[in-house]
Amino acid sequence: MSSPVFVGVPRRMLQVSIDGHDVQVMEGMTILDACGRLGIDTPTLCNLETLTPVNVCRVCVVEVEGSRVLVPACSRKVEPGMKIQTDSERVRHSRRLVLELLGSSVDMSLCAPEVHGWMSRYGAQPQRFGPGAATVAQPVKVDNDLYVRDYSRCILCYKCVEACGVDAQNTFAIGVAGRGFEAHISTEFTVGLPESACVYCGNCIGVCPTGALMFKSEHDMRQADTWDENKQHVTETVCPYCGVGCMLELHVQDNSIVKVTSPLDHSVTSGHLCVKGRFGFQFVQRRGSG
Amino acid sequence: MFGAGGGTSSYREAEETDLVLLWGSNARETHPIFFHHLLRGVRNGARLVAVDPRRTTSAEWADLWLGIDVGSDIALANAMAREIIHAGLADREFIARATTGYDDYAKCVEPYTLERAEAETGVSAAAIREVALEYGRTDRAMICWTLGITEHHNAVDNVLALINLALLTGKVGRYGCGLNPLRGQNNVQGGGDMGAIPNRLPGFQDVEDPEKRAPFEKAWKAVVPPKRGYHLSQMFESMERGEMKAVYIVGENPARSEADQTRAVRLLSSLDHLVVQDIFLTQTAELAHVVLPAAAGWAESDGTVTSSERRVQRVRRALDPPAGARDDIEIISELARRLGCDWGQPTAEQVWDECRSLSPMHTGMAYARLDELGGIQWPCPDESHPGTQFLHARLWKDPVEGPRAPFSVVEHDPPVDKLTEEFPIRLTTGRRLDSFNTGVQTGAYSSPLRQREALLLSPADGARLGIADGERVRASSRRGSVEVPVRFDATLRPGLAFLTLHFPDQVATNVLTIDATDPKSGTAEFKASAIRVDKLSTSVS
Amino acid sequence: MDIRTTGGPPTAAEIAAVDAVLGPPESLWEGGTRVAADDHLARGGRAVRSKRDLLLPVLHGLQDEVGWISRGGLEYACRRLNVPPAEAYGVASFYDRFALDEQPGLSVAVCDDVACKCAGADDLCRELEARFGPAGSAREGAVWHRSPCLGLCDRAPAARVERTGPSGHHAEGRLAPASTDGVIALLGGGVWPVEGEAYSPPALRATSPRGGEEIKLLRRVGHVDPQSIDAYRAAGGFAALRRALELGPEAVIRELTDAKLLGRGGAAFLTGRKWDAVARAPVRPHHLVCNADESEPGTFKDRVLMEGDPFAIIEAMTIAAVATGCERGYLYVRTEYPLARHRIENAVRLAREHGYLGDDVAGSGLRFDIEVRRGAGAYICGEETALFNSIEGKRGEPRNKPPFPVQAGLFGKPTLVNNVETLVNVLDIVSEGGAAFAATGTPDSTGTRLFCLSGHVQRAGVYEVLMGTTLRALIDMAGGLREGRSLRAVLLGGAAGSFVTEAQLDVPLSFEGTRAIGATLGSGAVMVLDDSADLEGILLRIARFFRHESCGQCVPCRVGTKRQEEILNRLLVDRQTSNRDGDVALLADIAQAMRDASICGLGQTAASAIQSAVIQLKVLNV
Repeated sequence: MSSPVFVGVPRRMLQVSIDGHDVQVMEGMTILDACGRLGIDTPTLCNLETLTPVNVCRVCVVEVEGSRVLVPACSRKVEPGMKIQTDSERVRHSRRLVLELLGSSVDMSLCAPEVHGWMSRYGAQPQRFGPGAATVAQPVKVDNDLYVRDYSRCILCYKCVEACGVDAQNTFAIGVAGRGFEAHISTEFTVGLPESACVYCGNCIGVCPTGALMFKSEHDMRQADTWDENKQHVTETVCPYCGVGCMLELHVQDNSIVKVTSPLDHSVTSGHLCVKGRFGFQFVQRRGSG
Repeated sequence: MFGAGGGTSSYREAEETDLVLLWGSNARETHPIFFHHLLRGVRNGARLVAVDPRRTTSAEWADLWLGIDVGSDIALANAMAREIIHAGLADREFIARATTGYDDYAKCVEPYTLERAEAETGVSAAAIREVALEYGRTDRAMICWTLGITEHHNAVDNVLALINLALLTGKVGRYGCGLNPLRGQNNVQGGGDMGAIPNRLPGFQDVEDPEKRAPFEKAWKAVVPPKRGYHLSQMFESMERGEMKAVYIVGENPARSEADQTRAVRLLSSLDHLVVQDIFLTQTAELAHVVLPAAAGWAESDGTVTSSERRVQRVRRALDPPAGARDDIEIISELARRLGCDWGQPTAEQVWDECRSLSPMHTGMAYARLDELGGIQWPCPDESHPGTQFLHARLWKDPVEGPRAPFSVVEHDPPVDKLTEEFPIRLTTGRRLDSFNTGVQTGAYSSPLRQREALLLSPADGARLGIADGERVRASSRRGSVEVPVRFDATLRPGLAFLTLHFPDQVATNVLTIDATDPKSGTAEFKASAIRVDKLSTSVS
Repeated sequence: MDIRTTGGPPTAAEIAAVDAVLGPPESLWEGGTRVAADDHLARGGRAVRSKRDLLLPVLHGLQDEVGWISRGGLEYACRRLNVPPAEAYGVASFYDRFALDEQPGLSVAVCDDVACKCAGADDLCRELEARFGPAGSAREGAVWHRSPCLGLCDRAPAARVERTGPSGHHAEGRLAPASTDGVIALLGGGVWPVEGEAYSPPALRATSPRGGEEIKLLRRVGHVDPQSIDAYRAAGGFAALRRALELGPEAVIRELTDAKLLGRGGAAFLTGRKWDAVARAPVRPHHLVCNADESEPGTFKDRVLMEGDPFAIIEAMTIAAVATGCERGYLYVRTEYPLARHRIENAVRLAREHGYLGDDVAGSGLRFDIEVRRGAGAYICGEETALFNSIEGKRGEPRNKPPFPVQAGLFGKPTLVNNVETLVNVLDIVSEGGAAFAATGTPDSTGTRLFCLSGHVQRAGVYEVLMGTTLRALIDMAGGLREGRSLRAVLLGGAAGSFVTEAQLDVPLSFEGTRAIGATLGSGAVMVLDDSADLEGILLRIARFFRHESCGQCVPCRVGTKRQEEILNRLLVDRQTSNRDGDVALLADIAQAMRDASICGLGQTAASAIQSAVIQLKVLNV
């Protein structure tokens, strides 16, 4: 009988050139990975290590010698002898335009600080399309007690659809509907979440990069102006429910859990939880008072 | 399995196996994140077979659902074994080298013809044969189960029947193969690891083996009682006999979670002294003479838990407990001090380090390593050991390392609560995605999925009984009766009904369930009660 | 898959429409009623999920027979196919053809795209607005819409009429050239245009100054009954297939390579190399796709081939399948071509009956069959990877390349995808040899090419000429401009192409010839605009077209096409004078980002016509 030890597929090393530097990288890596090895900061919006690359935001594009168009660093695998430019005029232009086009149509104010850093690095001025530029602004959807959807902030990165779908939860409560500028994230016939297939795992919130999907607790605290990340600490622990052993990150402010996430790099969860792990924490802070 | 009480595989293996037999488990709802791993396997090409009386949301993912009658698992497993043997798919080499008791086993399964299995399970002979042959032929296959296997009066036999199948085909001890009980609570496995079972010391060391006891006695400077203790059902029996008069309950709510709840409450109430240590004032705590308010283990104190893949992971204090609630270690140390043993005030890490010094399977699991590696799977005998991805690779060594794995002779034994004309409907129980056990914890958050508890019934049964969807009825078993609204569920076949245990205040499901208990494990047959359903207006009693 | 449906039960008509495509459900678990076997057994999983690719046919069934797709109807389809409703909704809402709210049973689509615009479509629409009501507003069970190009540019202005739903049997027809009275009469329920059996394609303009010796692709069109396999055989049909079977796969691919045939769909890739790559791909099975989703505005040559010579396409697909080891072929035809679809379906059926398709292709022992799939109103599905997704029952979103279709295409398997015209070329190459083919045309652009002339020419139509013929000669063949008119520009290659000026008319129509002047042959659309053309209106129409047809997946195209239209409107309609230069620069900035960073050819070319108008025609300098 064969030896039962799993060792993975053997990989070989390739040589590529990035911005004039020759570097050895592992076969199967993406250009994004390779750039990371060189310490080159590549902007990404729709990429997440736990999800299949959809390469739709196009902010990570780089110039590859011999390619007519720019290529997405997040999904393109390195090839032997590839010559890559990450900061050419063409690259800077497209990255700037992507950030401007998004910034002119979407409320990106709650994006991570590095997104704002990229905006200034590439000189993005979303307002230059003029005051009449169409946006995706719309009212916040609040249809349950656990989380809210503010699609004014949605850049259509597909992450929530992937997390709800094949990459994790396989519930498919939401999908991309419509086409072109009218494309949007939606349940069937835009029914509210309680009528949809949603199981409130919150894995869509876990991957949302713009704050379009948010714990209702966070939303309410932001409305009341009491949300203060400087006063929060994050503690890793294990979910109190079933025996799978999901690692939780408890975000605590003023001795109250205000949000629950899971580390992307944990082998059990890959950042994903179920409704109990994500939202079932209240019991612990509803004691003693009553 | 065979001496080490834990699942043999890692979740990761479910992603890379060829076949999963999900047997008596609605993992989609009860172990959602394990199900993510399983679905990744399905996406990678694995076939999924679900064995469950109900076509659950898990079963909806299956290539094949075998809707067996409740409690006919052994009939199915033994018939599959017979088919595998007759088709020449038994792994003769593995059986000869790594197992014992094959001949008796083969003799035992021989009467389990497909026809007999069809009669016992309700599943067609052809489908049973198909699954048997597929399991036999597939290179890598896993069997995963939950309470559908273990909440029976013959729970251990059920488990043994599944182990037999894996031994028969050499599907354990290899990557992507294995036998995996999915644990229902976050530290069921860890409780076992730590010796919180009647016959074991930490690390599954036999309490009745003087050699295993000796290190503990040396470390603790005390004699460890050399006899196994009682499991839960035996404790209640002992209370009933008037022998056990004082009970100290930590983090359990037997007044609600025990089958035949009326009896459980009566016995707990009649104790001379009941101490309950819990984070809530549970229904059990309300019966107690002394209540010790505790900190919540997962968010208010430090320690470790062990998961269904044997992964020991750290829990950490993120919140200050409410005033008056104390850490379990502090409470126990304080009790010890008052009983005359000063243990000082050990930290969780100090307690753990003592455990590591006495339990070889945990020795390599220093806190620093647990932090660094995101948990470690036992056994981990030293601090250079990476932990163990799957168990029993030893069975594939030639010659086998350690003891050989025994086949067990197990016979089909139908549920104790028989279906009769008076009680014609089979009631089974289970969990829902958003709720947990008796709902003490999950009741505190507002789940949009939650519906009022109702007796799920086949529309055909409803029509036969003249009951409308949503109507309140009386459901009665041989032990008691409850009023409950009916909700039609088209996925239930006629004659099968379902309730959860989540909402004891709405429906005291355990008034109906039977406390017929497995003599070896002490679990009650929550999965199989016989009930009748009557319209309230025409009800006689 | 554990799907959840809460939209209530489907109607009897919806069940019938879905079951007509899928057959009746066999069990409760498939959406039917409980049968005894359901008590203890269910089959699901992969076997059920593998029917996902029937989602579009099922949605078409609902649209045809019910007239729109309700929640109950969609969810019944979802139950039958085990597709989550949110996904199915995402798919249905992607395609123009599927209505997600109740619609009048009778609808007329009036083309207002470039060629029809040249033929007075704007006036037609204005009159319809005045006499019937605005586009999209229903009246007495009827409605009209504006539509992108319907591929009837040779008979502009064109309209398409469709009757759906419970009011009557589903029917499709077209009115070209359309008049206001004609459309009004249709909307009123009368004067249904009769097509189908009695319909014959328009007179072909396949003549040439040199006596027509280069007419190859069109030689049967209009002369051989397209509905009769005997007529096709009498005209030499299936000889190429027999020859291909004699030669064997490797020799066929060698001939194709020697012919240096370049793909006619727009990308101009070496067909022989593509076939070779698929034939050698180690992963099995291989799939064949014939791209008949001809949607580039101004293009209608593939329609003419499908309507006029359908067996040739079936034969060529069979040769391709034999050469590259495919057992299954799909022909994806746009929904706006009902006659072409019916002719192809008829040809497939007859070919199957006569043993040219099926388990033993022409007695060779090889297996091959063809399934005809219907597009649903999405230009993007002409992009090959979007087309794969569409066949698979998904939104027609293009995939990032690599991997290329020859490695991982339809259903993730190695796939040969060729355009209709490309495939028809294969017949002569196999019959007469690759070298003979390579001797025609120019050294780098071999063979003949079909061009679709429309707009301000005397005789619009499909013209077959040798590669290398000049644009001027081609326009002359079509009778030149109308009396007293002068040329403003030619839009070469459709909306994704670019404008060519009078000074460039001597460009040889070959891949290298057009490349030299920064233009492209594209799909073979040649839209001639004289000095009466509303060039600004045409640019706005093109901008609207791309905004409407962008799939919405990638940012540069999704937002870029929107901004491009907004800015053009600002410049040309609102006539804002301030910051004109800034806006022109903004357009150029967007154009560069769309060209460089979009996922697919749609975004990459969405600014090309507009930019060429800015640069070549100096439209915005006025």
